[in-house]
Amino acid sequence: MYGALWRILPGPVWVRVSILVILLVAVLYALVFWVFPWIQPYVSPSPEVTVNN
Amino acid sequence: MTVEGAGRAAARRKRRRRTSVFTVLGELFLTGAVLVLLFLGWQNWLNDIIVGIQQHDAAGKLSQEWQRAAVTPTTGPTTGPTTDPTSPTSTPTPTPTTAGKPKVEKEPTVNAARFGILMVPRWGADYARPIAQGIGVLDVLDKIGIGHYPGTQMPGQVGNFAIAAHRLAYGGGFRDIYKLHVGDHIFVETKDGWYQYTYRNLQYVQPSEVNVLQPVPEQPNAKATQRMITLTTCNPFFSTAERMVAYGLFDTWYPRAGGPPAEIAKTVKAESK
Repeated sequence: MYGALWRILPGPVWVRVSILVILLVAVLYALVFWVFPWIQPYVSPSPEVTVNN
Repeated sequence: MTVEGAGRAAARRKRRRRTSVFTVLGELFLTGAVLVLLFLGWQNWLNDIIVGIQQHDAAGKLSQEWQRAAVTPTTGPTTGPTTDPTSPTSTPTPTPTTAGKPKVEKEPTVNAARFGILMVPRWGADYARPIAQGIGVLDVLDKIGIGHYPGTQMPGQVGNFAIAAHRLAYGGGFRDIYKLHVGDHIFVETKDGWYQYTYRNLQYVQPSEVNVLQPVPEQPNAKATQRMITLTTCNPFFSTAERMVAYGLFDTWYPRAGGPPAEIAKTVKAESK
């Protein structure tokens, strides 16, 4: 899977590495600001923190 | 060079093992594991920082609104100090007025209405988070930060000003509650000014122990004579098995016209940027 990704990318090694770094940053940004906040209520609902009966 | 490169690539391709289903499956599993770890790191650490900054900014906006409203003259200056309030941040007045009886606002009737800002110097000069009416998890604690237990008293009022916030995740407003030292100051800003409380003690209770919210905590029938603040959150970390309760006693208050007390002047100044 990742091997295929590496082969698909064009150019010499440094170009491929730069593309991968950019991709990684984009993926991390999307995760942190969109994906994680969106799935958080489903996988880890906010806990009760108040005192109540 | 290109010929050589092509040759090398061809050689590599020949050496390459055929991609099997198991290779792909294995890579998918590893990716999943990394995603889970990233999520945990995000939820318990990174996002609390992000949300903390957002809540700090929200508190700043709130403070600025109050400051503007205070500067616009509504009525003539009453018995208050004659400091010129036209430049809100320029003069951290050396001797802020600590007018005797604190002004007490009416409890908001609208759920999730923001009426205060909590500042705790022990938790950092940049710690300032909005306080809203109600303790709804989804509408107040997750979104705004700190919630005021409806029916408990207001800042400066005789009795108990009781508030709640998350310990971890969703902003983790009271994450550092255990770091308070006896004698630390806890400040609540409202549109009228700053109320200063002094931290007294911690208590660990069952989640059902609602008596910590009484006007005199844990004494349901006693008549309140003191002004208190009560902070509740969950304990231990990563769990909701218990509740941790921090109490503070009211010292004094600083009317808005006189400027904030020196201890939080920096925090207030950062807010108004």
